[in-house]
Amino acid sequence: MLANLDEILAQATKSIAEAQDLNQLDQVRVHYLGKKGLFTLQMKELGALDPDQRRAVGQVINQAKDQFQEQLSARKQSLDNVELERRLASERIDVTLPGRGQLAGGLHPVTTTLRRIAKIFASVGFTVVEGPEIEDDHHNFGALNIPEHHPARAMHDTFYFDAHTVLRTHTSPVQIRVMETEKPPLKVIAPGRVYRCDSDITHTPMFHQVEGFLVDTDVSFADLKGVVYQFLRAFFEKDIQVRFRPSYFPFTEPSAEVDIECVMCNGEGCRVCSQTGWLEVMGCGMIHPEVFKAVNIDSEIYNGFAFGMGVERLAMLRYGINDLRLFFENDLKFLRQFH
Amino acid sequence: MQISETWLREYVNPPVSTEELVAQLTMAGLEVDSVTPAGALFNGVVIGEVLSTEQHPDADKLKVCLVNVGGTEPLQIVCGASNVRPGLKVPAALVGAVLPGDFKIKPAKLRGVESSGMLCSEKELGIAIDANGLMELPPDAPTGVDIREYLSLNDSIIEIDLTPNRTDCLSVEGIAREVALLNGMDWTTTQIKVAEINHQGTLCIVLEEKAACPRYLGRLIKGVNPKAETPSWMQERLRRSGIRSLGPIVDVTNYVLMELGQPLHAFDADKLVGGITVRMARNGESLALLNGQTIILDDEALVIADDKQALALAGIMGGSDSAVDDATQNIFLESAFFAPRAIAGKARRFGLHTDSSHRFERGVDATLQCRAIERATQLIVEIAGGSVGPINEVKDDTALPQRPAILLRRQRIAKMLGITLPDEQIHEIFVRLGMCIEQHPEGWLIAPPGFRFDMAIEADLIEELARVHGYNNIPNNSPLMRAELGKATETVLDIDRVKDLLVDRGYQEVITYSFVDESIQQAVAPDDTTISITNPISADMSVMRSTLWCGLLKAALYNLNRQQNRIRFFETGLRFLNINGQLQQKKTLSGLILGNVYPEQWGEKPRKVDYFDLKADIQALFSLTGCVVKFDPAKHSALHPGQTAQILSEADEKIGILGMLHPSLEKQLGLETPVFLFELDQELLLNKAVSRFKPLSKYPSVSRDLALIVRDTVSADDITASIKSSNEPNVQDIAIFDMYRGKGIEEDHKSVAVSITLQNFSQTLTDVEIDAIFNNILQTLAQAIGAKLRE
Repeated sequence: MLANLDEILAQATKSIAEAQDLNQLDQVRVHYLGKKGLFTLQMKELGALDPDQRRAVGQVINQAKDQFQEQLSARKQSLDNVELERRLASERIDVTLPGRGQLAGGLHPVTTTLRRIAKIFASVGFTVVEGPEIEDDHHNFGALNIPEHHPARAMHDTFYFDAHTVLRTHTSPVQIRVMETEKPPLKVIAPGRVYRCDSDITHTPMFHQVEGFLVDTDVSFADLKGVVYQFLRAFFEKDIQVRFRPSYFPFTEPSAEVDIECVMCNGEGCRVCSQTGWLEVMGCGMIHPEVFKAVNIDSEIYNGFAFGMGVERLAMLRYGINDLRLFFENDLKFLRQFH
Repeated sequence: MQISETWLREYVNPPVSTEELVAQLTMAGLEVDSVTPAGALFNGVVIGEVLSTEQHPDADKLKVCLVNVGGTEPLQIVCGASNVRPGLKVPAALVGAVLPGDFKIKPAKLRGVESSGMLCSEKELGIAIDANGLMELPPDAPTGVDIREYLSLNDSIIEIDLTPNRTDCLSVEGIAREVALLNGMDWTTTQIKVAEINHQGTLCIVLEEKAACPRYLGRLIKGVNPKAETPSWMQERLRRSGIRSLGPIVDVTNYVLMELGQPLHAFDADKLVGGITVRMARNGESLALLNGQTIILDDEALVIADDKQALALAGIMGGSDSAVDDATQNIFLESAFFAPRAIAGKARRFGLHTDSSHRFERGVDATLQCRAIERATQLIVEIAGGSVGPINEVKDDTALPQRPAILLRRQRIAKMLGITLPDEQIHEIFVRLGMCIEQHPEGWLIAPPGFRFDMAIEADLIEELARVHGYNNIPNNSPLMRAELGKATETVLDIDRVKDLLVDRGYQEVITYSFVDESIQQAVAPDDTTISITNPISADMSVMRSTLWCGLLKAALYNLNRQQNRIRFFETGLRFLNINGQLQQKKTLSGLILGNVYPEQWGEKPRKVDYFDLKADIQALFSLTGCVVKFDPAKHSALHPGQTAQILSEADEKIGILGMLHPSLEKQLGLETPVFLFELDQELLLNKAVSRFKPLSKYPSVSRDLALIVRDTVSADDITASIKSSNEPNVQDIAIFDMYRGKGIEEDHKSVAVSITLQNFSQTLTDVEIDAIFNNILQTLAQAIGAKLRE
């Protein structure tokens, strides 16, 4: 009987090896371990043995069965692997083909720039306020200390609807509108479209500005300088040189133009900075007492600073755009370059 | 304002290079725009005297000249200029000279005759753009001297972009004063010799408008030489200041204008009738100006008149009737102060802008007139001779600008600038600025000089301190800011979120002009009242958009013409409406799609976008706010009548509209592909409700599908509304998942498949209960919209 067992095991080992797929392997399993399987039958025959032998023989059969099981699962594992390999091979795709559907679109570079500016100022509590684009001349000029016939009016190249209604030439009227309705302390930025009757390579009749101002009891020119300086370094993400030059705006006194070291040539001098190494990027100053007077804020108690910047100009410098007019042509080939 | 550097350095000559000088000016607020060499680059050109000229044997137009260039032997030079003649002093380029454009002079043979050099025109030396013959130098020009030295061509023209407040720097003296201040140096003023009075003739001067003209000086100079010529040094200085030479009298007035900053005018005294009156013009009075233009005046224009007529537009431009010309021998010289308020805006009204109006409208030093008339007299007599009469000055002291002292408080300096300066420094700065300074318990009393029109209040003085001290010597502080916590509202959605969603859904943001072509505005929104700009930059930017579609369609067309055939655009901005005479500026979000749903790709069959693609995007926007909106069939003149919906809020406010561009408009605009558009009122769109939690049911839900037959006119909304009207509390969700017309369905009818999901909060619904609910729903559907179950 035991000799028979060896034979069965040898045969089984051979059958396992010969099984070519999981199906055949299962047939082998049934042939040996099924209800009428060869090992099962062997076990059944144990009953006929005397109890002493039964234990010893049973042990031997079980060993053979275990061996068979081991071989069976090893073979199963290997056939599984083959099957998996086959499936994997058949399911191979060209992963370089594009994904289905569509990609994201994009924001206009002016919007991206405006968002960054707003984010930098929001981090210290400036709030965003917008105003109308068709303005009355009081808010656009008069309240900003630009009386009628002031040379600065001529410099603004204004679009008119009638003698007293204009397209705002700057975002400064928002400063007036805020100060008319709210009391200091004020920390506001006012982004938006502005309009000048001027069109050539470096001017479009519409562009964007951000006006910012801070009004409180103790605000100094040194504070203004600090804020502008920090802003420009944050905006360009670079420790650039910044300089302040005396200038003139009717609504600030003292007034300054702000230059940064040319970001194209690192201040070496190039075509963009007209070989000066400097780029004019902002105007700013301490809010003029006449402006406070126009909005009934006591300039003996309060003072403040204001600044204004051209958004397209900053975007051009940031992204290396060389033609202002591209901003409003809306050519997809241009727009898609900005994420 | 442009000036010659050498002229400036005659007044003050700091030991700094041109580059440093220019940087000083820029950093003091006198922004230098450009520095250009006064003459082009050339060398080897000296003053030559033509000794003799002979006809070239083989060329009609050439002459063989002997020219003394200061050497031992005269040179033989062949010349083709028509004005070459013996005795003429001309620039002569010697062999080895290099003229502008890298033109090298070599010994040459012209038609067989040797020529050792070249006689030059102004054009050849790069001094003028054009020339008619050789440059003729005055007879006293020193032969053999380098022409660059003689004409001071080793000079730079400095162009300064002056801000309107710095009227004091509109002269060489003004800039010299500033340069002296910046270098801590003294400067020399123009030395003026007061003229000897040769005759007692004067004109009577009447000031009718004393506020507009509080000071007027006149002087008669008789017997000037009409043949006199402006000396070349003066012509050169004027040229470098951007002023053309127009004869000695006018040149002198312009020269004094540049030198001192006082505009002057010279009349031909023989053309005047009676005396001089400064008055307002009469309505309808006409005046022929020096520039050839004739203007019709009104009573807001200040004029200089004689007893007969208006002679000049005061402070702006003279008239041609009284102008000095080649024959003028007797002149009447005017040096006046006109108040800025009287001149401001007047020149612009007549489309004029002159050196004179530029200065008067910004403010001329009201104490300068006497110096200026004396200086001009001196120069005229030097150049053209003449017999000088006395100055007749008429003035009204009460109307002349007063320069009251301004209180500068020490404490305000620190408050405004954030720095303190030592008293001595403050004192010195103001003294150097030409101000009178006096101690005051709180600080100083400071009286500005007549030339500083911009000094009126304390802040002006503080700016001067900061400017002279140097803005860049003031520290960059971090301001102390009072902080209040910000808001994080949930009742208004941030527009940035909306933009981001559209970007995520493949839209590209655009920014188009707010003013558009009237024809496209009319085509897209014919019913909106047009808002026109009075002075548009061009016809295609002449009216304000009442819808953002104008710009979007134009941008789409621009890209279609550049082989872009799938476009998804959105824009935010104001649209401008005139509603019953009231201007409204509404924040708006608009968009446009056209072309395929997806970019061309291997994995999807191409399909053109339709109404429902756009609607899905709009619904996605409203899913951000959680607001329930209705899409009602609507009409819009720009849209397809069968594919247009207006979007209504629960309160029936009109939030916006979407639909397909009307095919005829599509054709008119040349788009040649279906376009779908939307426009939303931004404020209404962003209304947001704070989310409210609703309890969840623990019991299973059950869905059943209904296939309904309804009339074609019954809308999807009618079906869902009707199901809701059955008031079955267990209905959780209604979804239409199929729509079919055609074979097997009665004409004018359609089959609509609806899936209804039921769920109860306290139990699992039994089949009997479910059947009852559906029976009720079907009954309601039958009654309300005549729907029946498909067999």
